[in-house]
This record gives sequence, structure tokens and C-alpha cells, in this order.
Amino acid sequence: MGRITALEGIEPVRSVKTPARLEYNFTAGLATSRFLKGISRKKILGERCGAEGKVYVPPRGSDPVLGRPTTEQVEVSQRGTVTSFCVVNLQFYGQGMEVPYVCGLILLDGADLPLMGLIQEIPYDQVRMGLRVEARWVDDAALKPTLASIRYFKPSGEADAPYESYREHV
Amino acid sequence: MRDVAVVSFAQSKHVRRLPGLNEVEMLMPVLGEVRDKIGITQDRIGFTCSGSSDYLAGQAFSFVMTLDGVGAWPPIVESHVEMDGAWALYEAWVKLQIGEIDTALVYSYSKSSPGELRDVLTRQLDPYYVAPLWPDSVSLAALQARALLDAGLATERDFAEIARRNRTDASANPHAQLKGSRDTNDLLNDPYIVAPLRRHACPPISDGAAAVVLAAGDAARALSERPAWIRGIDHRIETHAFGARNLTESPSTRIAGDRAGVARGKIDVAELHAPFASQEGILKRALGLSETVAINPSGGPLAANPMMAAGLIRIGEAAERIRRGEADRAVAHATSGHCLQQNLVCVLEGD
Repeated sequence: MGRITALEGIEPVRSVKTPARLEYNFTAGLATSRFLKGISRKKILGERCGAEGKVYVPPRGSDPVLGRPTTEQVEVSQRGTVTSFCVVNLQFYGQGMEVPYVCGLILLDGADLPLMGLIQEIPYDQVRMGLRVEARWVDDAALKPTLASIRYFKPSGEADAPYESYREHV
Repeated sequence: MRDVAVVSFAQSKHVRRLPGLNEVEMLMPVLGEVRDKIGITQDRIGFTCSGSSDYLAGQAFSFVMTLDGVGAWPPIVESHVEMDGAWALYEAWVKLQIGEIDTALVYSYSKSSPGELRDVLTRQLDPYYVAPLWPDSVSLAALQARALLDAGLATERDFAEIARRNRTDASANPHAQLKGSRDTNDLLNDPYIVAPLRRHACPPISDGAAAVVLAAGDAARALSERPAWIRGIDHRIETHAFGARNLTESPSTRIAGDRAGVARGKIDVAELHAPFASQEGILKRALGLSETVAINPSGGPLAANPMMAAGLIRIGEAAERIRRGEADRAVAHATSGHCLQQNLVCVLEGD
């Protein structure tokens, strides 16, 4: 092997940074657009799957059993049951929240797919599976077609849901 | 080797920009059509394999969403390649060779419209030396075209004539995005996009999807009156380093073509995935195709170039010619990367 004398004594390159940034126009799609339009009117709209009659929230526009488009819209309740949750103790880039906070999966009444959301107005160490919660929206004037229109979910004051009522969704 | 055939093919109508629909909604009708054509349902499919790219969607794990459009419940056996669907088809073909399944569904799709395609494709490049320079896909193809001109292997008129022929043939293709062409002399008056490539020598930017059903042996005969049997399939790749390649030839295509058995009989039709008009001649030479071979009667990728699907479409279009009895022996080619870096060759035959 030949030696490159001009590079002798130079510190070897151990890593390089090559920043990249690409911008995209995201298309939500027909079903998600219907859902987000509902959100901007303070309604949570799912779509019913033809094969099994299950209601998906948020809807993907397809019946995952048949692989065909869903068309029937169903308004679901703004109350639901926490099926699972996570206490976030770690600060990370772009988070915009003070730790610790709780992120949960909420099975809204009338839905067959849990929705992810923040759970607040309850100490983080009291959040539990089966906890009944309800949506806390932004002020009406601030409603937009985005899930950020639901600020968080808070305890509804109802008794905890029995495990059997949501076991299929855990 | 187990006999495996293409028994069904469907594709979307390719467009520059599909408004309002996301990828799942674009793909779903194609998946419905490819199965309905042969009366097969997802529960009779032994393996499902897809090809797509998160860089085009601008979304991590984007292919997982698309599974909602397949009918993946009860759970299916499934895989994905971050490549053109032709390579998903290769994976499915290997799975069929193992012999545990008789049918496979292959699909691929992309919307190129969400991002700036020429920039997005730079992310395929070697990440240390080339990608940080952001050389765009048309500029790299222009370097290759320039090398061809310098070597005396092609003229700018050749590029224009190839573009004219492909787009004229696309007039008969209901799925094509660009149909018809001005005459060659007129095309040569166009300004360059990146010299020596004029607009006509470049592929359109497309949103689109395609799907194929493969079946083995008796299952293929039961599903199709005239299956397009895959008699050979092979894929090869060349180095990332442009400086180490001779861009005027395609040794990976030549080796893949040899291994797939292109030369073992007369070829009636060839569907070549040459996105740029300048690349068609390179592929034709690498595959040893004679002047009697009909090249890209569908219009090829110059008429519609949905990324991740345009290669699978070549296989589907070639198989359709055989199914309809218009050809007995066809070659289909797919490419990936810049300047024909990676190539797959598939030889199809009717009974």
C-alpha cells in the first residue's frame, strides 16, 4: 500500500455530518379528511367496517378485513376508557410538554379502535387502565381540522370500567 | 425449478398529481381489480409482498398503512421491500420456489407528487461522498447521456426518436400519463432541461400503483387460460461509485439477462424500464435485443413513471402481451437507483 505523505499527522475523519431536509405536501386522504372536518366541528367521526361492523377511529378509509373502502360514518362518544397508558419521564426534541406526563390509549364509547391522547387533570401516578375519561377541547374559536383541537382527556368522574368491557382492545 | 407464472395484472391510471387521495386510497382499487380479474380473494393468497419508499411518502413505515387496503385480517404472511415492486415480485418468486405456497400477491405504488422528486432521489446516493452534494436525478442521467454522445454510441436525435416512438405507442395504453408525440424534428427544437437531455427525453413524474398475482403449477393453470410463465429471473447491482462505472454500458443488466436466459430463444417483445430515452439503447445492447423485438409497446416509463411501480409494470405489461396471445416470449426489465445502477431481468413465456 502506498502512503499519502501529505496526510501524515492529520487527524483521521471518524464521522461526518451531512444534514438533509426535504419538504412534503401531505395528503390526508378522503377518510381522514372527513374525520378532521368532524373534529373542527367538535365531533369525533369513525367509519364502520362492512365485514365485522366495527367502527374505526380515526378511520383509514379502508376495511382492514376486506381491503375495501369504508363509506358509513358513525359519530362516537367523547367519553371513553383508558385501555393502556405510558408515563413519559424523558425530555426529547420537539416534545413541547413538561415531564412527567401521561399518554394513553382511549377506547371511545362506540369505537372499536383506541385513540391516542394526553391524559391530564389527574396526577400522573393515578392514571390507570379502566379509568373513564372525556375529551377536553380547545375553545370553540380555536377549533381546527387537527387532533390538537382535543387538548387532552380528563377523568369523567364515572366509576372505572370493568376489564371485561375493554379486554379485546388491550 | 418450480413453474411460476404471472396470472393477473392491474395498474392505476397514472397521473402527475392525484388530488385528495392518499396512497392507501390510490392503491385499494388496483388491489381489488387484480384479485377480481381472476376471482381470487385474499384468504387464498399464500404470501403478500409490496414495494414502496418512505422517502417518497415523506412518512416512516408508510407501507404499514397500506396493509389496511389489502385485507390483512385474519393475519396474512407479508413482506415489504424498500424497492420497486419488481424486487417484491422476485421475493415472492423465491417464496414460491420453496414450495410451501401456490399463490402470491405483489403490489407497489408511490405518489411522487408530495415532494420534490429530483431532490428526494438524491437520498439513494452514496451517503458520504455523493449524496451531500445533492446531484439531482436528471443531472445524473444527463451525465450518462453525455457519456453516450461522447462515445459515439447515440445522438440527440436518437433520444428524440426513442421518446417519440414510446409516447406514440402509449396512445393505445389507457393507463398512460403522456400519450402521443410531436415529430422528431420538432422535438429537437425543445430547450434542454439539463443538457443534453430535453424535456421529451425525461420521464414524467407520476402518482400510480400496480399489482400482480403469481401462481405456481396447477394453481396458475386454474387461474389463467394462458399463464405467463417466468422462465428466468435474475437481478444484479453495480457500485455506488459513479467514477468506477462505465455509464455507457450496463454490465449488471447483461449478467442478469444471461442468467435469466434472454438469449435462449426468440424474443417477441421487451418492456424495458428506461426512464430516460438515453437509457433504452444501453439496455437494448446489454440484453442483445435485435431490431425485430418490439420495445415498450405500452409506451414504457417515458409514458408513465410511478416510482417503485414502473418496474413491476414492465413485468405486468409483458405478461399481458403473453396472456392475450400477442407474444410467446417476452423480456421484462426493471431498474433502481441512478444511471441504471441496479437491474432485474425476467423472461416470460406462454405455453
